[in-house]
Amino acid sequence: MVDTLVIPLLKIVIVLNATLVAVTYMVLLERKVIAWAQSRLGPMRVGPYGILQPVADAVKLMIKEDITPVRADKWVFTAAPIISMVPALIVYAVIPFGPKITLFGRQVSLYITDINVGLLYIVSVASVGVYGIILAGYASNSKFPLLASLRASAQLISYEVAVTLTLVSVILMAGTLSMVGIVDAQYNQHVWYVIAQPVAFVLVLIGGLAETNRAPFDLPEAEQELTGGFHTEYSGMRFALFFLAEYANMIVVSSVVTTLFLGGWLPPFPNTPALHFLYAIPSWIWFFLKSFFFLYVFIWVRATLPRYRYDQLMRLGWKVLIPLAILNLVVTGIVKVMLM
Amino acid sequence: MSQAIAFYFISACILGFAVLVITTKDTVHSVLFLVLDFLFVAALYVLLGAQFLAAIQILVYAGGIVVLYLFVVMLVNLKRPPEAHQDPHRRANWGLALSVAVLVELGAVGAYSYARPAPALAAAATPAMPVTGNTEQVGWLLYTSYLIPFEIASMLLLVAMIGAIVLAKREL
Amino acid sequence: MATPTVHHGAMFDTNELVINMGPQHPSTHGVLRVVLRLDGEKVVDADVVIGYLHRGIEKLSENRNWTQIVLLTDRMDYVAAATNNVGYCETVEKLMQVEVPRRARYVRTILCELQRIASHCLWVGTHAMDIGAMTVFLYAFRERELILDLFEEFCGARLTYNSMRIGGLPQDLPPGWDKKVLQFCDIMDSKVAEYEELLTHNRIWLERTKGVGVILGEEAVALGLSGPPLRGSGVPRDVRKDEPYAAYGEVQFDVPIGTSGDTYDRYLVRLEEFRQSLRIIRQATEGIPEGPIVGKVPRLIKPAAGETYHAIESPKGELGYFIVSDGKSTNPYRFRVRPPSFCNLQALRRLVKGHLIADVVALIGSLDVVLGEVDR
Repeated sequence: MVDTLVIPLLKIVIVLNATLVAVTYMVLLERKVIAWAQSRLGPMRVGPYGILQPVADAVKLMIKEDITPVRADKWVFTAAPIISMVPALIVYAVIPFGPKITLFGRQVSLYITDINVGLLYIVSVASVGVYGIILAGYASNSKFPLLASLRASAQLISYEVAVTLTLVSVILMAGTLSMVGIVDAQYNQHVWYVIAQPVAFVLVLIGGLAETNRAPFDLPEAEQELTGGFHTEYSGMRFALFFLAEYANMIVVSSVVTTLFLGGWLPPFPNTPALHFLYAIPSWIWFFLKSFFFLYVFIWVRATLPRYRYDQLMRLGWKVLIPLAILNLVVTGIVKVMLM
Repeated sequence: MSQAIAFYFISACILGFAVLVITTKDTVHSVLFLVLDFLFVAALYVLLGAQFLAAIQILVYAGGIVVLYLFVVMLVNLKRPPEAHQDPHRRANWGLALSVAVLVELGAVGAYSYARPAPALAAAATPAMPVTGNTEQVGWLLYTSYLIPFEIASMLLLVAMIGAIVLAKREL
Repeated sequence: MATPTVHHGAMFDTNELVINMGPQHPSTHGVLRVVLRLDGEKVVDADVVIGYLHRGIEKLSENRNWTQIVLLTDRMDYVAAATNNVGYCETVEKLMQVEVPRRARYVRTILCELQRIASHCLWVGTHAMDIGAMTVFLYAFRERELILDLFEEFCGARLTYNSMRIGGLPQDLPPGWDKKVLQFCDIMDSKVAEYEELLTHNRIWLERTKGVGVILGEEAVALGLSGPPLRGSGVPRDVRKDEPYAAYGEVQFDVPIGTSGDTYDRYLVRLEEFRQSLRIIRQATEGIPEGPIVGKVPRLIKPAAGETYHAIESPKGELGYFIVSDGKSTNPYRFRVRPPSFCNLQALRRLVKGHLIADVVALIGSLDVVLGEVDR
């Protein structure tokens, strides 16, 4: 009873809360990192060194007036940000933060669950997140947000294809769809997949940037577009949900890339006995360090690169990433058969 | 027991949303109810132990096909005025008669098979597969016994894709 | 094949869409309004509407005496105010045949070139930010601050300087100012290299600017372009070389010329102008002669009756002044400015045809317009 009900519930509570706190502090992290890249300081007033800025932002967004456009579809208007946010959160059910450890005399696994189609679950749940964007543009009952949302969603589904094709090569190498299985496979094969599948790593990173609408693929929501994109008509808590959903998606992509390519919770060179002292650092700390590194890379890229025009973006997805992903898959398959 | 409750609950939702799909006035709402339908069908697959199929159902149907339905519906934006719902070409009586006929036929079939229970079928021989697990078994079957239908299906999709591009391009 | 229009409550005709950009818009560099006619995402036509910043400077000048007008010229191209001042003073000096002492001419050259760097800093920052590279904006403004500090030390203001008088300058350089200028030049060299590193060979930058807004030499001249847009199209016209003024005849510098006339070439031309300006500043600062800072000019400026036109090379292009004096009053009879941004903006309509909406913003930035100058 404790093992089947209480512990999973506890894990869910912890993971959800940690995620939501992490997402709000991502906002601060982004503002600070971009500021330092631009030789300024970022938020400094609220709390020491601006630490309490997310609290101020959250309070501000919650006390704002709730505006709904006059002829907007009320249910859809409210549902859209929720549809954006929920997939980003439920993906955490399968992300492994660490292996089974003993805690207070019990065997506890540091992941909520391990389903045998874990990776496929993540991809399919992410594809449902597209609805939030489409419905947001539609529900605003105005030409420009609708066009912008359709463009953003077209971008998302194009890059979904590229990323899924790339992930197939990783699945081929690991031989399993389960997330824990992929980390174990990296342990058993003595290599992090970033070394064994460098092309796939780069493709998933680029695809991840495009999936989360981050720079340099953020034209649909740039201010230089003629409107504010699909969330023009949103304000207050609803806008906050969209905003946070974007950061939650970013954290999801970082976690997934960490699990698939950087060995998840494994320290570097997990099989060499000489480096076994690295195991002294808890597994989940390794996981967080690696995820945090990718989050930093995402923010770094946003501060540095100009943005792609929409047609160039689509051309990159369809004409460059997808052929490369297929090529990578074919090469992986051939090599695997030859080595068998 | 819990399986049965889950099954009846999910089926009720599926049927309920399906009815809503055809009765809602707003086209976009109707498509959204269709999405919900597909999600519940995926839940049904999970209940049957076909997890791969469930994930693919969400990924392809709910996450791909219906999104494109939604694109078309939104761009065309049929907000017909209430008067248009009275379609002069509608033959309501014929529709009623046809549905009664179908229901009578279904009832007859049901009564006949109830009166004559069919002999138990020999269990279909499941081919011996060296892999376990839903995804692995689906993959095994797809690439050995059902290879040709698989290839034909992918050819069909390729033809459909090329056809769509040819039809939609302004200059080729 | 003509696509039929969709009737009956559809939101979009598949014909053309008219979109309004501005006058309040984050990327139009001021109060500029552009009405775009789109076919899908391609721009079919553009109507540029100006006048939102018209303050009547030319008419106001008719009611001010010649010395007071220097103040008004500041407010035209407010990004490079000292250049406007120099242009105006030189025109009046030309009309009055006043001799400007060598020291004053050297200081004017230094200030003009500092302005060129400041203006190009703002240009590179806003242009890069429009295309998405927002960090360059902060870096460029950091350098612009250094120049503004230099100006503040010289004349007390950061943006609108009123720093020239007819016949010379209002005051001499503060002691140690030239050392600071040389220090600034050293800093700026490495910063220009930084902008280059971030943008020039960046694939995304190249894809957004190469081949965008191509205009060739002959058409550029026919449209009245001047400055970097003209030179980017391959026409080697620079007023500093062709009709030297101030101390430009006495310093060595090159004029960068582009080849293909696209946004990328205009970008490269301006980047190279950074370096050439630093070269000029160094030569002028090191070779600055001693002497009076203002020439022999009567207390009340009253040119004889006549008219004249004089042009200088402002950072935006050829800035010309046409003044008519009737010999009797202390105010000009007519004061007319040929603003480079106004003439360059004419080309916008021709440039955006056939491009996508996202390019319109890049092209406005590439022409480097300042609405203060366009509208006066």
